[in-house]
Amino acid sequence: MTLEQQFIAFKTIVVKEILRFARIWVQTIVPAVITTSLYFLIFGNLIGSQLGDINGYSYIDYIVPGIILMSVITNAYGNVVSSFYGHKFQHHVEEMLVSPMPNSVLLAGFVVGGVARALVVGSVVTLVATFYTNIHFEHIFITLAVVILTAILFSLAGFVNAVYANSFDDISIIPTFVLTPLTYLGGVFFSIEMLSTFWQNIALFNPILYMVNAMRYGMLGVSDIDITMAFIIIGVFLACLYGFCLYLLHNGIGLRQ
Amino acid sequence: MPNALSIQHLTKTYKNNVQALKDISLDIVKGDFFALLGPNGAGKSTAIGIICSLVNKTAGSIKVYGYDLDKEKDKAKSYIGLVPQEFNFNVFEPVFEIVVNQAGYYGIPRKKAAQRAELLLKQLGLWEKRRDMARELSGGMKRRLMIARALVHEPQLLILDEPTAGVDIEIRRSMWVFLEEINRQGTTIILTTHYLEEAEALCRNIAIINNGEIIENTKMKTLLARLHSETFILDLKENINKVPAVAGYKIALLDSSTLSVEVNKDQTVNEVFDELSRLNLHVTSMRNKSSRLEELFVCLTGNQIKDDAQG
Repeated sequence: MTLEQQFIAFKTIVVKEILRFARIWVQTIVPAVITTSLYFLIFGNLIGSQLGDINGYSYIDYIVPGIILMSVITNAYGNVVSSFYGHKFQHHVEEMLVSPMPNSVLLAGFVVGGVARALVVGSVVTLVATFYTNIHFEHIFITLAVVILTAILFSLAGFVNAVYANSFDDISIIPTFVLTPLTYLGGVFFSIEMLSTFWQNIALFNPILYMVNAMRYGMLGVSDIDITMAFIIIGVFLACLYGFCLYLLHNGIGLRQ
Repeated sequence: MPNALSIQHLTKTYKNNVQALKDISLDIVKGDFFALLGPNGAGKSTAIGIICSLVNKTAGSIKVYGYDLDKEKDKAKSYIGLVPQEFNFNVFEPVFEIVVNQAGYYGIPRKKAAQRAELLLKQLGLWEKRRDMARELSGGMKRRLMIARALVHEPQLLILDEPTAGVDIEIRRSMWVFLEEINRQGTTIILTTHYLEEAEALCRNIAIINNGEIIENTKMKTLLARLHSETFILDLKENINKVPAVAGYKIALLDSSTLSVEVNKDQTVNEVFDELSRLNLHVTSMRNKSSRLEELFVCLTGNQIKDDAQG
């Protein structure tokens, strides 16, 4: 396929993916708005007002970056895992597998679909946050870079989950038992300085901690960890997941008998 | 000049150690209308799956219009259009979008894809349904949708895996006419079907696959010429209670006014008619007991099954 043909194939998947989550916006966008509104109301306003500042910021200001990133993570992951598994389950992934489209284009199409939903939901959540506090961006490009890279990373992770999934249960196990605990323990609602040294060291093995802190650095200018290290960790995970996804597609694991 | 499809020593062993294909080789010339037949579980769909990159092969090689499926995958794949056995489109998508999106995966610009989709949907009688969700279509319409989708990138090799399964006779006949026309225009067609009269009517060459091996690969005419006898069903005007004796012919009474008559290659039906007339019996209608290909198919695959059981 020529580059132009590859771009048409890529665009076909992306448009299809965006239309898919836009068509079912009540399932894909509204829940994130409701959940995050509750976080802002309960943790930010009601409980947060009783707490002192963290790193010089009020509690609600401190948790806003993490909550936005949490919605980016869950929506990027959720979009790709449910869409690609749906393609597998109904066998219409075969429409793509029989075509001459390269695996990298197929993967990019689904990942960009996931990123698009993450950006839409992330933007809506940011808008909701403005009702509760004043949003400002200390380093706007770092913020954007963290959001986009994290969305790509979790779109790739969702793709891996979908490839291995054999039932609808399998696409909810990882988000429930791995993703949610890692996100909650990733410093969305607290600074790891609040933890004992032992738990601080344990927390450093959680990759989401680096992303949340990089996001917080982008918005507030404060972080529990070195920002360069955060980008290195994100980059390493991205490279590994991208390579692994292409390996899965090349060998047809979970797709071809 | 390369063949439309060339399969060499193709083998497939599934993870559960089932050997679905045992070193099969097959050449299909350009422009052919080729029947790939076999009983359920013979390996037809596995072979098609491998050709269309939906199943991983264990060994062997495949060339499509001279392009190796391993080395020049995108070129080889661009020549193939597949109509699978099972419905495999998104039932929540409109008919038109399914066809246009498929063209998109082949890198065809949307404007051109829309023109082709319109033409195909009109030819296949689906244009009025273009805005309907695929789940709202009848079984026959869904089959035709899969044909439109398979043809939207104008493949040179069209593979049809039981395209008329569950389709009523009228639609089946109209699909035959459509397929014959695109074959006449140069598209090579490989057809698998359980309706053997369909293969007999449409295909020029045939391969029969059984237990993962090709047990027959020849011209349709050559194969049919091998049939030693045909059985005809005769409906009589009169009611009888005894089998009329016609020397040299195996005749059975199916009911009081229906006979079955086995006619060997060196015999003629005229002799039977003459003798029945002499006995004052009148034939009101006559038909084949089963299609000629069906008789051969049962004979070939049945013998193989017996051999396997004995071996």
